[in-house]
Amino acid sequence: MNPQPNNSTSAPAESGAGGSVVLAWLFVGIPLAWGVSQTFIKALALFK
Amino acid sequence: MAENSSSLLDRSRTIAGPGYNRWLVPPAALAIHLAIGQAYAFSVFNKPLGALISGDPAKPAPDDWTPLQIGITFSIAIVLLGLSAAIFGKWLERVGPRKAMLASALCFGGGFLIGSLGIHLHNIWLLYFGYGVVGGIGLGIGYISPVSTLIKWFPDRKGVATGMAIMGFGGGAMIGSPLANNLMNHFKASAPQGVAPTFIVMGIIYLLFMQFGVWTIRVPADDWKPAGYVPSTEHNDMITTANVSADNAIKTPQFWMLWVVLLCNVTAGIGVLETASPLIQAVISGTEKGKGMDTAALAAAGAGFVGLLSLFNLLGRFFWSSASDKLGRKVAYAIYFGLGVVLYALAPTLGANAQLTLFVVVACVIISMYGGGFATAPAYLSDLFGKYQVGAIHGRLLTAWSTAGVLGPLIVHYLSDSRKAEGFTGAAMYQTVFYTMAGLLVVGFLANIIVTAVNERYYEKGPVTVEAGGH
Repeated sequence: MNPQPNNSTSAPAESGAGGSVVLAWLFVGIPLAWGVSQTFIKALALFK
Repeated sequence: MAENSSSLLDRSRTIAGPGYNRWLVPPAALAIHLAIGQAYAFSVFNKPLGALISGDPAKPAPDDWTPLQIGITFSIAIVLLGLSAAIFGKWLERVGPRKAMLASALCFGGGFLIGSLGIHLHNIWLLYFGYGVVGGIGLGIGYISPVSTLIKWFPDRKGVATGMAIMGFGGGAMIGSPLANNLMNHFKASAPQGVAPTFIVMGIIYLLFMQFGVWTIRVPADDWKPAGYVPSTEHNDMITTANVSADNAIKTPQFWMLWVVLLCNVTAGIGVLETASPLIQAVISGTEKGKGMDTAALAAAGAGFVGLLSLFNLLGRFFWSSASDKLGRKVAYAIYFGLGVVLYALAPTLGANAQLTLFVVVACVIISMYGGGFATAPAYLSDLFGKYQVGAIHGRLLTAWSTAGVLGPLIVHYLSDSRKAEGFTGAAMYQTVFYTMAGLLVVGFLANIIVTAVNERYYEKGPVTVEAGGH
């Protein structure tokens, strides 16, 4: 894949706002991790 | 003011400006899917809703709602999911994801609030209307709202992007179930079973949580493409560079083959999910370890098995959909169904022989591919029909999910009840369920195999603009 200039008015895909991206992922990741951990604890009963 | 606030929702106001990072789009999509995925945790309300008058789930009063009456609420929501996704898909393409996500949040959160009134007044019709109809519309619009936007932002990783969002729908139930349990325990002293105030709080929480998606989502400019991305020049019949409208897509055999594929995938998955708890209890009872277990321990193991399947459903959505970017969609579905047939056919034998570990492994792989089947569908549609109205086409495809959501449990209960009437017990009761589902997967396998490139006569003539998507 050869790099190609971006002709769009928008910025390149992975540029900028790195802090916002981390915060955004934390906003959805924390509740998801909580839900997964609750489910995992419940699933452990199968192996007791 | 009203004019300004409404214009903030317009597609033209959501076009990404300089510096916008496309990796903000998946969390925006996840905020919607994690919320609406709560629907698959509705069963957490079954017992409390059935004891609003008696106060004891073990001894319901004559006027208490029956399990069937309560179960209809979920069925209405799933039917409305498919219908609203099909009906509002073109509207979504026209107005953009922000307005659609806001509509979804208002309907889904509002559905909880109307439902709470129905619970408070003990009026089942109001619960059906609130959670089932209004909430179901929120489900349908919300489910498809980020799909075409994700595909436009990630033309190089369509499966990864849509897999992440649709994984959220699986994760939503994992959040919704313990959240509801905690809230019901908290409100138990102030309302019957604590259900009505739980609905109010959950409605408000989801309405607010979904706002993150509403105000974070952006669409790319029409000429935008990822830095360094060069579309493959290798010719691939199964990935079009043309565009097919939603109205034309449903005239193609390819759309209906994929409809059959999704129907078979979902129905077969329901076959496992509906029987998971009683089946694993039957399998454990047949082992040396299980012979010493009491009913409560077996029930806990059953709930644990359901939890484990939820985890693999979630992981499968991301893993298989991402893998389809490398494998190709057709090959991915051939694996889901080909391997699925073998595993479904094997499961009853493993269960009957009390091969607990192998049985659990097989069930986990099966359910991961069920999740994969859901999550790979948008990318498959985009490959075949282009990205022009892929959200609307996906919406129409979801009517297969609604159909399976109603038919699946009926088939499962009919088959297992018939076996029970014939005198079979334990794991043997579910043997025909698994064999029938294996047969369905053969149908899905064949439907996928005969999918070919869409005939050029269905292509849009000339360039298409996104704003024209709904006209």
